[in-house]
Amino acid sequence: MKGVTKIFGDKTVLDNINLQIQKGETLALLGPNGSGKTTLLKILAFIENPSSGEVKFQGATVNFKNAEKTRLKSTLVFQRTILFNTSVYENIVYGLKVRKTPKNIRDEEVRNALKLAKLEGFEKRPARKLSGGEQQRVAIARALVLKTPLLLLDEPTANLDPKNASLLEEVIATVNREMKTTIVMATHNMFQAKKLPDRIALMSDGRITEIGTPTEIFGTLSKNLASFAAVDNTFTGTAKTTSAGTTIVDIGNRVQIEAAAQRQGVISVFVNPQDIIVSSDAVLSSARNVFKGRVIEIVDLGSLVKLRVDIGKPFTVQITKRSFDEMQLNLDRTVFLTFKASSVQVI
Amino acid sequence: MVDILGGIVKALQLILSGDPTLYGIFYRSLFFSGVAIILATLWGTPIAMLLGLKDFRGKTVVKAFFNSLIGIPTVVLGLILYLTFSKSGPLGFLQLVHTPGAIILGEAVLVTPILISIATSAIEAVDPEIMNLSKTLGASESQASITVLKEALNGVLLSNIASFNRAIAELGVALLVGGNIAGLTDVLTTAISRYTARGDLDLAIALGILLMAIVFGINMIVIAARKAKFLITLGRSPQ
Repeated sequence: MKGVTKIFGDKTVLDNINLQIQKGETLALLGPNGSGKTTLLKILAFIENPSSGEVKFQGATVNFKNAEKTRLKSTLVFQRTILFNTSVYENIVYGLKVRKTPKNIRDEEVRNALKLAKLEGFEKRPARKLSGGEQQRVAIARALVLKTPLLLLDEPTANLDPKNASLLEEVIATVNREMKTTIVMATHNMFQAKKLPDRIALMSDGRITEIGTPTEIFGTLSKNLASFAAVDNTFTGTAKTTSAGTTIVDIGNRVQIEAAAQRQGVISVFVNPQDIIVSSDAVLSSARNVFKGRVIEIVDLGSLVKLRVDIGKPFTVQITKRSFDEMQLNLDRTVFLTFKASSVQVI
Repeated sequence: MVDILGGIVKALQLILSGDPTLYGIFYRSLFFSGVAIILATLWGTPIAMLLGLKDFRGKTVVKAFFNSLIGIPTVVLGLILYLTFSKSGPLGFLQLVHTPGAIILGEAVLVTPILISIATSAIEAVDPEIMNLSKTLGASESQASITVLKEALNGVLLSNIASFNRAIAELGVALLVGGNIAGLTDVLTTAISRYTARGDLDLAIALGILLMAIVFGINMIVIAARKAKFLITLGRSPQ
């Protein structure tokens, strides 16, 4: 992509994007909502045309007015799962039918895709009646079955519980490895961004602010990262070492986190949602970080529930559905968050 | 004094006996209205797709135009069509007045606004990203449009059924352009008016019962189809 800009009305959604994607690489676009990731993916899917700039694919300049043939070489899995109002089989086979693939090959490919997405036996079920996680897997299977050289994923695991999410990450890694598929994925999951891609492009306000390997990005650019509000539980603050050998990080709004690592000055920290304990009353334990807060958001992920708790700064936590029900949690409830100093990662 | 009960009994006897005049009118009505719907669907669906899928200047005006024509009095449309098809009218050379063709064409014109309005709403109700989804799975612009249409199928079918109801139950168009010629252009509604005026109430009532049976029958089909939607959904391919 050279000088690609996209303007909707009076809003510049993409601003002079220059990007070269290598064949066979996995590139992650990391950035908050509104940074332009989805629009960038849509342009790479050739379903959205840039307002200005040039896009070259496999050496040839893309003519967006006549992109039908080019579109056959890429496919995009949308952030919000969209399924046709028909069976799982008909959803997955759609792209193959468009490509006039013979029936016996179609059936076999769909079978393989269902196996890969762990949806065997689901062929005849009405796609829209499946659970959220199953629907997303149908959408992925529908894309994978096409074996396009370029695969685009918009927040593929955003609404999946960890089990389904890692299943999907495995699938993505396999596809990249075995079929040499070029993958571009938008994410705001830091762990995903760390382990999956060859390179990460940080996006903010329609621009790519930095691009590099995960080591390069996470090693030196903590300020950029932490400014992404969408990257859960990432905060920038001022660190001061204590006499006990730990560090107190002031992340604002009178929230001070204790970290096991020793640092001084402005740093960025991250606390994994899965390392945080939620309780109705303050827990007296060895954990150094105990905060009182209010539940401000609840997201049902099936067997797990994701909560956002405001303790002065918003924290994302994850608990089992069972715990959620037993604790009778709901919006505005006062809860306590507890996590160890060693769970606070300095990035 | 009109013997209503006696009339109903005689009417039922006529229906059960398979009276040829009665059933001639019955099948003729179904045929005229059926073909009218097919015609209206052929020219109305592309317009509905345009209105439902594309944005263009004046779109709101076009939609308002069709919406307002839904309630046009059938007798007014009948008059307009009569003037158009009559010998001295612009389409007089077609010699359609008082022919079955005039009724079919007239009813097709009558139901076009309602078909377009309902079908357009159904298409607009389809998730706007279905177009993009279809394209990213490899569909061309036209293939993607067909996919959207299929997603709106339930609404489009409803528009057909609503149109058929309107066509078969209308009087003004069939009367004015068809002429109510016995055995040729008389339909359920026009025949009811003729027999009532003549005092042949048994026939009039019988025709009325048949007309109501059609209307109820269609409603039952819609309800059953909704229940079977599950099966229709599964068997249908989005292409």
